[in-house]
Amino acid sequence: MHLVLKQPSVLPGFGLTLGFTLFYFSLIVLIPLSGLFVKTSSMSWEQFWDIVTNPRAIASYQLTFGASLAGALINGVFGSIIAWVLVRYRFPGRSLVDALVDLPFALPTAVAGITLTSIYASNGWIGRYLEPLGIKVAFTPLGVLVALTFIGLPFVVRTVQPVLQDLDKEVEEAATTLGANRWQTFRAVIVPELWPALLTGIAMAFARAVGEYGSVIFIAGNMPMKSEITPLLIMTKLEQYDYAGATTLGVVMLVTSFVLALMINILQWWSGARHMNQ
Amino acid sequence: MSIQVDHVTKRFGAFTVLNDVNLHVREGELVALLGPSGCGKTTLLRILAGLERPDQGRIFLQGKEVTDQRISERRVGFVFQHYALFRHMTVADNVAFGLNVLPRAQRPSSARIQEKVHDLLGLVHLQAMADRYPSQLSGGQRQRVALARALAVEPKLLLLDEPFGALDAKVRKELRRWLRRLHDDLHITSILVTHDQEEALEAAHRVVVMHQGNIEQVGTPDEVYEHPATPFVYQFLGDVNVFHGRMSQDRFLDKEAGEPVYSNADPFDHREVTFVRPHDLELSTTRTIPTQLEATVQFVNAAGARVHLELESNESPGLIAVELTKERYRELKIQQGDVVFVHPKQLHVFKMPSPGL
Repeated sequence: MHLVLKQPSVLPGFGLTLGFTLFYFSLIVLIPLSGLFVKTSSMSWEQFWDIVTNPRAIASYQLTFGASLAGALINGVFGSIIAWVLVRYRFPGRSLVDALVDLPFALPTAVAGITLTSIYASNGWIGRYLEPLGIKVAFTPLGVLVALTFIGLPFVVRTVQPVLQDLDKEVEEAATTLGANRWQTFRAVIVPELWPALLTGIAMAFARAVGEYGSVIFIAGNMPMKSEITPLLIMTKLEQYDYAGATTLGVVMLVTSFVLALMINILQWWSGARHMNQ
Repeated sequence: MSIQVDHVTKRFGAFTVLNDVNLHVREGELVALLGPSGCGKTTLLRILAGLERPDQGRIFLQGKEVTDQRISERRVGFVFQHYALFRHMTVADNVAFGLNVLPRAQRPSSARIQEKVHDLLGLVHLQAMADRYPSQLSGGQRQRVALARALAVEPKLLLLDEPFGALDAKVRKELRRWLRRLHDDLHITSILVTHDQEEALEAAHRVVVMHQGNIEQVGTPDEVYEHPATPFVYQFLGDVNVFHGRMSQDRFLDKEAGEPVYSNADPFDHREVTFVRPHDLELSTTRTIPTQLEATVQFVNAAGARVHLELESNESPGLIAVELTKERYRELKIQQGDVVFVHPKQLHVFKMPSPGL
């Protein structure tokens, strides 16, 4: 097998740019991350395994990854609807709504956390109406979900929006003239076009949620075994000068995130490779 | 199925796209809607398909009013200029789409669908491409897939919106002939929208010439070409020389005035314009009739079956285009810079309702 690394191109600089890419990537990403592993390796396997499988840690993984995934999926649905409305309809205030979508990007996460907490607390604007229904949001895992959904929204909207914009309206019309009803047109024509972008958006929202700290700690209540996220657990360990313990949990998060990102990439490649190899 | 367009008007904002249009298409006919871009031809086609709603007027298919009927109930096949294929589906899946979305009770068995797709791909000569994706096909092949896809639902009416507009000249020509043959086999009432007069004249049984939301003329290709009803039709179908003023074969040039004749006798004081096709102009190297126009040859293009000349005359503004047969060109032995005398074999005089054209 012959591996072609370089194809003739009108623009020179393949060696230079690849070299720079590797150097920069090492400096910014690889070296700090490998520090994590080096620090962790100062422990024995038993110690490592004890920390990793500690029930409190396991509960925190479940909450972190579970709420992140749920939040990303919720964003997948509602973010797509928002993107659809923004692209397909012209209404007064559209550009305002369009700008508001970016707010979770720009807002300091602590501010978002405090705001969400005050709204969803039992005496807050929304919380007071949910309280009689028996739904408690603030200081419960549900609060974590709300916070993680909030911060992930722009990722889905902003990845789906350009694809929707480029979507050829004639393709939908073609489906309609062939007798497809609205649902069939949506499912058979629009969803396959959106799917790769939607997956990217969900993956990014998920990745962002897994790493989120600032907004969650205010609304979560941080009760061990119940509403404590892994990043907070890491923070707690750091405050107790348990660096090895903190990095151990860091390694768990890193590996899990990497595996999930890889899986999403494979899924994307698989759904994209079936067509559009233009 | 026969089509009746009854006083249809369509506006986009303040712009009137279709202005009180009436049209009748007989069952089994292949009709071309011909006109420049923005003349409303595509809008009319989309209204027939149900993709647009007319602001006023009614549409009848097979004598039944369908103005408010849903697209899917009209049994209309639509072919788009840019194919509008489903790019995530194979060619076979594209063609099968219309059958797969049928309600379960009407849907044929999957074996029957497969068989039908195979037959349709045979019809458009693309059996070998069944498992390819649209991106792996050429433009002409994609449009044939789009046509097979439209035919799969057995439409009673086939609407083609500039189907060959995005293809190169050679492929267009092939597909145009192929479409005509296909129509002769299938006899589906078809409407072809095009801005290419050659395409319309060659493919269609009847041509509907449209201009600024109005139908200018309806007729067989021969009728509209030989007997254009309006100056627009004359100009739009083929090349034309325009002379301002009334002329006739024996009075092409007013000797005294030294310029093309204006008729002042018209009681309504309409300006008049004379149209002469380039191939209806006769040249000679010496003056044989006193009213001939004297001109100098500016440009000669002898490539192709006919020779194209451009003449300049002091007696008429603008260049005059002349088309000669090869034989006549050799006989005359004309070269660039020669002085020739021009005389029309046939001409058309139109009254212009407003000045200028």
